[in-house]
Amino acid sequence: MHELSLTRHIVSILAEKAQGAKVTLVTLEIGKFSPVLPDAIQFCFDIVTQGTVAEGAELEIIETPGMGECHTCGAHFELQQMFAPCPCGSTNMTRLSGSELNIKQMVVT
Amino acid sequence: MCITCGCSDTASPRVSNLEVSQADHLSNHHSSPTHGEHEHDHVHGHHNTHDHEHTVLIEQAILSKNDRIAHHNRQWFQEHNILALNFVSSPGSGKTSLLEQTIRHFIDNIFISVIEGDQETFRDAERIQQTGCQVVPINTGAGCHLDANMLARGLEELHPPHNSLVMIENVGNLICPALFDLGEQAKVVILSTTEGEDKPLKYPHIFQASTIMILNKIDLLPHLTFDVDKCLDYARMVNPHIRIFQVSATTGAGMQSWYDWVQTQRVG
Repeated sequence: MHELSLTRHIVSILAEKAQGAKVTLVTLEIGKFSPVLPDAIQFCFDIVTQGTVAEGAELEIIETPGMGECHTCGAHFELQQMFAPCPCGSTNMTRLSGSELNIKQMVVT
Repeated sequence: MCITCGCSDTASPRVSNLEVSQADHLSNHHSSPTHGEHEHDHVHGHHNTHDHEHTVLIEQAILSKNDRIAHHNRQWFQEHNILALNFVSSPGSGKTSLLEQTIRHFIDNIFISVIEGDQETFRDAERIQQTGCQVVPINTGAGCHLDANMLARGLEELHPPHNSLVMIENVGNLICPALFDLGEQAKVVILSTTEGEDKPLKYPHIFQASTIMILNKIDLLPHLTFDVDKCLDYARMVNPHIRIFQVSATTGAGMQSWYDWVQTQRVG
């Protein structure tokens, strides 16, 4: 259940940035192929924020797609599965995105 | 419970000293005495005077604090010429047996110390201690992995000397340890032949994050349907650069190649 640990990291950063202000909305960016369940983050967020500056804050999670760059045909394409080949058939590629685990922004009052 | 980040005292890790059998409960578990790092400033008593909403851009990796401490750990290892290896696997893959054999092979020539991560008990730590090397157990309690701050605390207790080898036995888990950089030189993932050969595909992150894969329990292959070639193909599909050793920690088969690799990683 690393989502609990991750959520503690999130709330720690929020508290540091909020400087005592009340946090009402938090936006996360979680890659499609990161080993994290957004639902589990949401579940943990509601619990971990209790009694903190982010208690009651709304959590918005943006799932970023997994993009790949093919070294055979040069195409940039969206990966539906982690190890899917390029539409040209090549598996010689670099994954450009899809592993994000970021806090983008928050709204405070 | 800490009102800043919501962390719970009862869930915090315990770094122990087997010699005095006394757990150092980490009431100040966000601090890292090795590096003087403090993860967050508590804001108790800070009164908010804002009366309108505004957006604060953060654009920060969720694990940025862990990564910063891991960076300090890595620098500290480099400055002390210490090779640090982080062993990860499912429970029951033979991690502790592999460590025991590796320690016995090197102990006359290299100073070895071990950080032993387990959710509960000192059982594995006591096994490792019987090899004659020094060991610090970290019980993670509710946690399912070691993080960089736990390692920093463990190193404070362990005091590994210059030019030595630190082996970190992570909590048996193929998912969570993949996310948490500890500052090690390499992650070593152990897979045993009594598991499925498709584990690299089912748990790709840990195989992607690892420099080395050790396929353990090869002595049992005659009794199993485990397809070694498929397993190695899957591992390389997930991580084309992964280096693979096939061993039996019980019989010693294949272990020399692994020892040779450890030897080549040591500098000076």
